[in-house]
Amino acid sequence: MAIISRELEEKAAKVLITLSVVIALGVLVAILFHIMQKGLGVISLDFLFKYPEDMGRTGGIFPSIVGTFYLVLVALGVATPLGVFSAVQLTEYAKKGKLVKQIRFATETLAGIPSIVYGLFGFAFFVIYLQFSWSILSGGLTLAIMILPTIIRTAEEAIKSVPESYREGSLAMGATKWQTIFKIVLPSALPGIVTGIILGIGRAVSETAAVLLTAGSSGLYMPTSVTDPARSLAVHLYVLVSEGISFEMGYGTAAVLIIAIFFINSIANLLMYKMTSRV
Amino acid sequence: MSNKNELVIEKLLLLCAAASIFIVFIITLFIFYEGLPIFTKYGLKSFLLGQQWYPEDNIFGIFPMIIGTFYVTLGALLMGVPLGLGCAIFLAEFAPPRLARLIRPGIELLAAIPSVVYGFWGMMVIVPFIRTYLGGPGYSILAGAIILAVMILPTIINISEDSLRAVPREYKEGSLAMGANQWQTIKKITLPTAKSGIIAAVVLGMGRAVGETMAVIMVVGNVTAMPGSILDPVRTLTANVALEMGYASGDHSQALFATGIILFITIMIINLLANMIPGGVKKE
Repeated sequence: MAIISRELEEKAAKVLITLSVVIALGVLVAILFHIMQKGLGVISLDFLFKYPEDMGRTGGIFPSIVGTFYLVLVALGVATPLGVFSAVQLTEYAKKGKLVKQIRFATETLAGIPSIVYGLFGFAFFVIYLQFSWSILSGGLTLAIMILPTIIRTAEEAIKSVPESYREGSLAMGATKWQTIFKIVLPSALPGIVTGIILGIGRAVSETAAVLLTAGSSGLYMPTSVTDPARSLAVHLYVLVSEGISFEMGYGTAAVLIIAIFFINSIANLLMYKMTSRV
Repeated sequence: MSNKNELVIEKLLLLCAAASIFIVFIITLFIFYEGLPIFTKYGLKSFLLGQQWYPEDNIFGIFPMIIGTFYVTLGALLMGVPLGLGCAIFLAEFAPPRLARLIRPGIELLAAIPSVVYGFWGMMVIVPFIRTYLGGPGYSILAGAIILAVMILPTIINISEDSLRAVPREYKEGSLAMGANQWQTIKKITLPTAKSGIIAAVVLGMGRAVGETMAVIMVVGNVTAMPGSILDPVRTLTANVALEMGYASGDHSQALFATGIILFITIMIINLLANMIPGGVKKE
């Protein structure tokens, strides 16, 4: 009796566990299928390269593509050097101490703050206090802060994985510490650093709440400078469907977003795969 | 390069690394500076426990939104934790490496899908489903909980899988050698040993659910009344900020920042809890 029930219990548990994987992947497939089935047909050259007309009911999404691109560019331009140099400091220079602990606590805190709080901060600081108004600059800088923890963490891992013998060899040849880092360590850690940057791009492209509050949502026009407002793809999708402007255009924009994210993720995976197979 | 240059570089690098501390400081400063006046003007108690939110009449009570956030998060955990834990057990204990390698990119993709896309899908699929088969407006606690349950899956799966994998093989082998079957071993040995990691996964999933904004906005209906059932619409704290920040001014704007303070503190406490669990979050 006891034997039968324990066999039965194991069987039931295995079924439930397998079922949970089926459900998780099933939801993923359902989402992708739903969006792609309704969105792929909307995508055309006109959709990608024309301006939206009639509030976005017809026309294309070109200004949003350009706006997203600029936002990501500003975010990376600030977060990459800051993040990589932080990682260098933390791995190569920092002595275990109070400051390092505080820096680590700070980056962990940054990673946990919800995006809407970043939006509030970006609005209060960049938009109002620094008078950058709703602009690519405000949005990009807010995004830079949001992706900073990702870039620091991945760069740290990559720098740590560079063999100690590389550094010793360089230092033995008479190179200074910084020369060693700049010429030897950073190039060897490059794939890992790039992976972090790509993950940051993914996060910046997906982000909506913080961009909505800092880059504005009114930009249906082509942004011409970083001080112009911009409506990113994600924000465009939100406005289109939440205001009931056009579900069809919403599906098209969602499909473009998913394709972009899929592409970005694949590159990051490929790089990580190359890195692990190299070692 | 001279030694002097090296020193300058070292100082510059330190400055970069310290920027994170400065950023955390300045975020805290600006959110609190903008939001705190509401507490002194209207009282902390009436802000937190007030059941009415009429910004045009300067009535700011966020209690319904605290409740809304609570229910949506609780629902998400009730669905997401068993589902995620099941996936983690499958990946760590049952799946052959080749199958695991096929599943894992799927989980990563779940983590990478933008929250607006989740929200849009919820709006077009989950909301009408609830409206048709369960009644009510469809925009509801339940819809928000379902979407969030899916969104927190990657967090729960990844962290629990890591902690399940960290259980020493000898423990399991000992149990199997004693005649326990695979499930008994998992139930009695592996899961209890990995407990702290799993709790950390749940806590971090909770943080993600509380902080999520866009997906929730699009499916919960955003009504500021107290909900009577899980089929009723609610508004979360995050939604409150995102919906009204665009046009708010004066006290109204400050009340939204104050909502941000409550969110900020809640998330801080959740993260501290996750960090305090002994052996919980592995610092890789």
